[in-house]
Amino acid sequence: MSSPIDIDEEAAVVAQARLGDATAFSELLRRYEGKIFRLAMHITQNREDAEDVLQETFLKAYEHLDQFQGQSKFYTWIVRIAVNQALMKLRKRKSDRSVSLDDTIDTGEDTVAREIAGWDENPEQQYSREELSRILGGAVEDLAPIYRAVFVLRDIDELSTEETADALGLSIPAVKSRLLRARLQLRDKLTRFFKRKGDDAFAYM
Amino acid sequence: MPLLTCKQFMDELSDYLDEKTDAEIRKKLEQHINECPNCWVICDTTKKTIQIYKGMDPFPMPPDVHSRLMFALEQKMARNKP
Repeated sequence: MSSPIDIDEEAAVVAQARLGDATAFSELLRRYEGKIFRLAMHITQNREDAEDVLQETFLKAYEHLDQFQGQSKFYTWIVRIAVNQALMKLRKRKSDRSVSLDDTIDTGEDTVAREIAGWDENPEQQYSREELSRILGGAVEDLAPIYRAVFVLRDIDELSTEETADALGLSIPAVKSRLLRARLQLRDKLTRFFKRKGDDAFAYM
Repeated sequence: MPLLTCKQFMDELSDYLDEKTDAEIRKKLEQHINECPNCWVICDTTKKTIQIYKGMDPFPMPPDVHSRLMFALEQKMARNKP
């Protein structure tokens, strides 16, 4: 679980920042810059774009802090800014193809497992840290951006379904269906690396 | 109790792994995986997938990225001063 956030304490810091307290805003930045950078890296898959997204997010947040209503967590508010910035970057790079969180590509076919094989008990231990990082990162990279954002917020940042829906401006069922697809697609990709050697699906039955 | 189809099982998989299903559905799901080896494997390996990602931070914040962010913010704050 990410470090527990004291909502009241945070509201006080946000209130200070809204009064123009630079130290308070820097404190919010310090708390969330790492998470925003990670999210931006996951969505854009490009360090330069991720750094731009990070800067644009906090500069916009600073500029529009008076628009933050305080009904949600500060983090879900800045995530929303960051995701919009990141998707804009992707659109610029792939100008022929629009990228949206609301893309409907729910054919159901992409969740069908191609390979059903059991894994070792701790399959990640067969790989070095660097190899594992490359394998896990590569699998996320293969996901569509809409799935990446939902997966990172739900399964890496450990936001709730409701918070993720709020941050991404999606309905709860939309978050749930995207999360399931993301998880199943990642499972499918990782099976190539983690399946029990020389095993087929039913060897342990 | 009628058995769930694999499709019905998959529809509930995320909630099951997040322990968000109520007891009655949970029982049906467990009954299904006890009898369906494919769904058992998918459930087990999806659970492992989630666990492996939980502990990882592949993109730690580089110090120079932090420095440039602070610099950009200070400039913006200076411009906004009355």
